[in-house]
Amino acid sequence: MDNVVEQKKMKNTMKKRTRQSIFITIGPVYTWMTLFLTVPLLLIVVISFMQRGLYGGIVYEPTIKNYVALIDPMYMKVFGTSLIIAIGTTILCLLIAYPFSYFLVKVSNKYRNILMLLIIIPFWTNSLVRVYAWIVLLRSEGVINTILLNVKFIDEPIKMLYSYGAIFLGMIYTLLPFMILPLYSSIEKLDVALLEAADDLGASTWQTFRHVTLPLTIPGIIAGSLLVFIPSLGYFFIPDLMGGGKHMIIGNLIKNQFLTARNWPFGSALALILILITLGFVMIYLKLVGGDKDDMGVM
Amino acid sequence: MKSRTRKIFPPVFMFLVYAFIYIPILILIIFSFNESRLNVVWTGFTLDWYGKLMKNHEVIRALINTVKVAFATTIISTVIGTLTAVGMYRYKFKGKVVLDNLLYIPMVIPEIVLGIALLIFFNKTNIPLGLWTLIIAHSTFCIPFVVITVKSRMAGFDKAQEEAAMDLGAGQFKTFIYITLPNILPGVIAGALLSFTLSLDDVITSFFVAGPRSTTLPLQIFSMVKFGVSPEINALSTLMLLTSLTLALLSEKFKTK
Repeated sequence: MDNVVEQKKMKNTMKKRTRQSIFITIGPVYTWMTLFLTVPLLLIVVISFMQRGLYGGIVYEPTIKNYVALIDPMYMKVFGTSLIIAIGTTILCLLIAYPFSYFLVKVSNKYRNILMLLIIIPFWTNSLVRVYAWIVLLRSEGVINTILLNVKFIDEPIKMLYSYGAIFLGMIYTLLPFMILPLYSSIEKLDVALLEAADDLGASTWQTFRHVTLPLTIPGIIAGSLLVFIPSLGYFFIPDLMGGGKHMIIGNLIKNQFLTARNWPFGSALALILILITLGFVMIYLKLVGGDKDDMGVM
Repeated sequence: MKSRTRKIFPPVFMFLVYAFIYIPILILIIFSFNESRLNVVWTGFTLDWYGKLMKNHEVIRALINTVKVAFATTIISTVIGTLTAVGMYRYKFKGKVVLDNLLYIPMVIPEIVLGIALLIFFNKTNIPLGLWTLIIAHSTFCIPFVVITVKSRMAGFDKAQEEAAMDLGAGQFKTFIYITLPNILPGVIAGALLSFTLSLDDVITSFFVAGPRSTTLPLQIFSMVKFGVSPEINALSTLMLLTSLTLALLSEKFKTK
């Protein structure tokens, strides 16, 4: 009898201890993320339904005005530009990254680690600095124009900076590693036996790719697209610096609402749209991949 | 003929991708040592631009801010992130799935959203923008990365060791310090280095939550680039590139340990 009581007591103290440990390990992160992530994000939602005050403050009277305003052709143009840039960047990154990752997987182990490292390094370096590097190359008095002028290939400098093309280049350059990493990890996981089986059964290289490799690497393709598409909507400094401020994306519009126009409610409405686009994309990913977010292969 | 192009194409393609990634960076670095102000033709070697940088008060102030923010961010996100990874690995608790999802938010939402969300938050709570708001913002997006790095390290860790220690009478705290921590230390260090780099390099979130007197180096570069290209920016960029490179290599080393 005593023994049972003793055991129960011990079980209880163990439970209490475990609860304490959970509180110590998980408590801080819960507090931090609630305070500095959940609450701020909810604030965006709330403020997006409020009105702008006369001097840029927020008037707490519910309205859907900020969402109605989005239909304005001026803003539609910004959405259009953003989508063209985001979709174009995603497709171009995919077209470069897929064959690249495919070839990288086949490189012998000896060189593969160093080659992989060379892809990870840009991931760690400042994106602004890397965009600046292209400005040095592309501007009218820049490296490329000077070389072309010196060899008499051209008579006057080509205007390369401050164009759509330059924005695309900046985006691809900044985001390419984010496409390569998940693609590489999903191609690496491919079961070689499956490819050999397809080959044995007489499939051509193209058929094997189309019916075996491609379907099996869809998770990587979607993860990579997610990691390229979403940030490209917000990287305001690329259109600012490489597009010369001529072309605006959603990121620039949001930045302006918060810093120059001081229309926080409208800026919040725009941010909420970005959040919804992101959520939609993540849902598609989870639906197709089946819930394993760790599979994104970024880390 | 066909099989030959097939053999040559992969290495050529890969070479072109690496050239695309690295040539602009190399040119940027080379011109930081160039005498001419113009950043176009090589006229001779100099370290003047680095010297000028050291005398630029704004740059030095931004450097000090950046280092302060990066250190504080690293400490906060490493401690909280490691505890989280350990807790999530060891215990079952209510809301685990919620937490898991919550931690993915900073990694997938566009940075600009986090930036303005925190700007609104600090504004509404009357917290003045400055170093602390930068530290809070940076820690918020660094914590999830630490959690992932440490978690992946824990996956290969034998739980029986912890149980043995506890059976032998060690308390939970002692077990953590003597058994768990040494085992996951490489992951913790890798996570810390990653946090430091992410904080050091952040542009977008910082843009919104930095106060007028708390400019960081990336923000300093941003405002300098708006006024045009100069070898001083090249020099500053080179220093930042080298710092990130060192940290990245160190982290890789710890991750594979």
